[in-house]
Amino acid sequence: MMAPHLRRQAFKLGAIWLLLLAVPLWLPMIGGYLALGTRVLVLGLAAMSLNFLLGFTGVLSFGHAAYFGLGAYGTGLALKMFTHSTPLALVLGVLLGGVAGALLGALIVRRRGVYFAMVTIAFGQVFYFIAFRWNSLTGGDDGLRGFERQPLDFGPWSLDILHDPTLFYYFVLVFFALAAGAMGFLLRSPFGRTLLAIRENERRARFLGIPIEQHIWLAFTISCFFVALAGGLNALLNNFADPTMLNYTQSGEIVIMVVLGGIRSFWGPLLGAAVFVVLQDYLSSLTPNWMSFLGIIFVLMVLFFPRGVLGMHWPGLVRSVWVRLRPAHGGDKPA
Amino acid sequence: MNLLEVRNVSKSFGSLAALSGVSLSVEPGELRAVIGPNGAGKTTFFNLISGFFPPSAGEIVFDGADVTALPAHRRVEIGMARTFQITEIFPELTVRENVRIAAEVAAGHRLRYWIGSSHAAEVSGRVDEIMDLTGLAGKAQRLVGELAHGDQRAAEIAMALALGPRLLLLDEPTAGMGDQETVEITALIRRLHKDSRYTIVLIEHDMQVVFRLADRITVLDQGRLLAEGAPQEIADNHAVQAAYLGKTT
Repeated sequence: MMAPHLRRQAFKLGAIWLLLLAVPLWLPMIGGYLALGTRVLVLGLAAMSLNFLLGFTGVLSFGHAAYFGLGAYGTGLALKMFTHSTPLALVLGVLLGGVAGALLGALIVRRRGVYFAMVTIAFGQVFYFIAFRWNSLTGGDDGLRGFERQPLDFGPWSLDILHDPTLFYYFVLVFFALAAGAMGFLLRSPFGRTLLAIRENERRARFLGIPIEQHIWLAFTISCFFVALAGGLNALLNNFADPTMLNYTQSGEIVIMVVLGGIRSFWGPLLGAAVFVVLQDYLSSLTPNWMSFLGIIFVLMVLFFPRGVLGMHWPGLVRSVWVRLRPAHGGDKPA
Repeated sequence: MNLLEVRNVSKSFGSLAALSGVSLSVEPGELRAVIGPNGAGKTTFFNLISGFFPPSAGEIVFDGADVTALPAHRRVEIGMARTFQITEIFPELTVRENVRIAAEVAAGHRLRYWIGSSHAAEVSGRVDEIMDLTGLAGKAQRLVGELAHGDQRAAEIAMALALGPRLLLLDEPTAGMGDQETVEITALIRRLHKDSRYTIVLIEHDMQVVFRLADRITVLDQGRLLAEGAPQEIADNHAVQAAYLGKTT
């Protein structure tokens, strides 16, 4: 017999996966198109990867787009230059982004707070300018073109993920599931608990015998590997990669998705990405100034849902809104 | 042999000499209290012993090994655990999770991405033992941040115990406590000392607590060692009375 909270957990997980598996069925019914669902999955993975670091280790990286973009360029270049295997290209992209994260991470783990964020931005911009300037390799400002995701070959069978968006959605979902499963698994391990310890109280964690820098470096590196996977999938989704993917504005968007969804929640960033992507898609079809509206919505969300959509204690919220809106009873005007 | 030997340590912050040439020897099984008026350098002294920062001069020897240059987390590994004057815990985790993290790190599992059932049972048993010892068993599933101040202090001590230390450093364990809580935490420290035979060094402001618990007392004043001895000797020491006790009583 399962404990009630475990049963709730299992039910919640079942519902999430069922919903994700059935996206090709229900998304068109409510007026969406499948590539939008795939995009939510890809950016949701990026946001969940960042949240591994931000929400569960308590370290803010404002340069994760660099590793997202490196994953994309790595995957794209591999497909363009020397392989017809989509999974192999993806692995190479992940390695490029992940290893770069591991190397740079080693240089920045001693920084804290805003200094850490600043250094991650600086390193991120370095990669942005490389992608922007190295025309002959990356295509510069025009972006990297001339590659396409290739059908998956299984001997006699072949899955045409290039022309069948449903198949490609499931291809992305498989990698999303592997990555989300791995991160969830890590967070429930003794290692994952040391990350929570660092987030909660770095000084205490250090005096429990945890070498903080080593653990933050590991969390940063793991996070970079997964965000590079998201970047690689993004390149496959668009058959295209461009320098803005590495820019700090992209990093900011990933942070926004995390904060929208809720940084204390494992699944929150996926929801944040969904809100972001759908709003972006919808607003940009209405007005060229969609960014301002997105900004206003974000500000309102942060003011009213400081812990994100999934981080809210909903009954408490309803009560507190009621208390604030309730007509005041007589003379309690401010002096 | 002494478990802890501090030899002539000094610490300056810029031109401020917080500690000058203080020495201390603690025998295994001893409970030593470090007292002194505000600004005497007690917390600085503790930070040097636990490796929060290195001394400007002098050396620190733990169980025969020079640990002066050892970073804090390595000192924990070889058996030094500490608590803080302002409680340092993981507020958004339960009491049990707080203690479990400490026990897992102490058992060498901190880098494991998987913990087998036998190891998990071992850790779990150890955690239960400590929860019983510190009287927190009934509050295991509460978030530490929601507990009363006294229980938070106990939880912090429980985390230190979960590290399996040979030397326990307690920085003002009764700071900010009410009378009843002070009685309880004093009783806990007494049990740890008398029954569980822990070697303990503590800083304390409450003289009643100090004189009830300590085997020996070290008095610091203005960064220097003023006196050291059994509680009665310290109570009778004129220099100590002048510098410290005289002011407060």
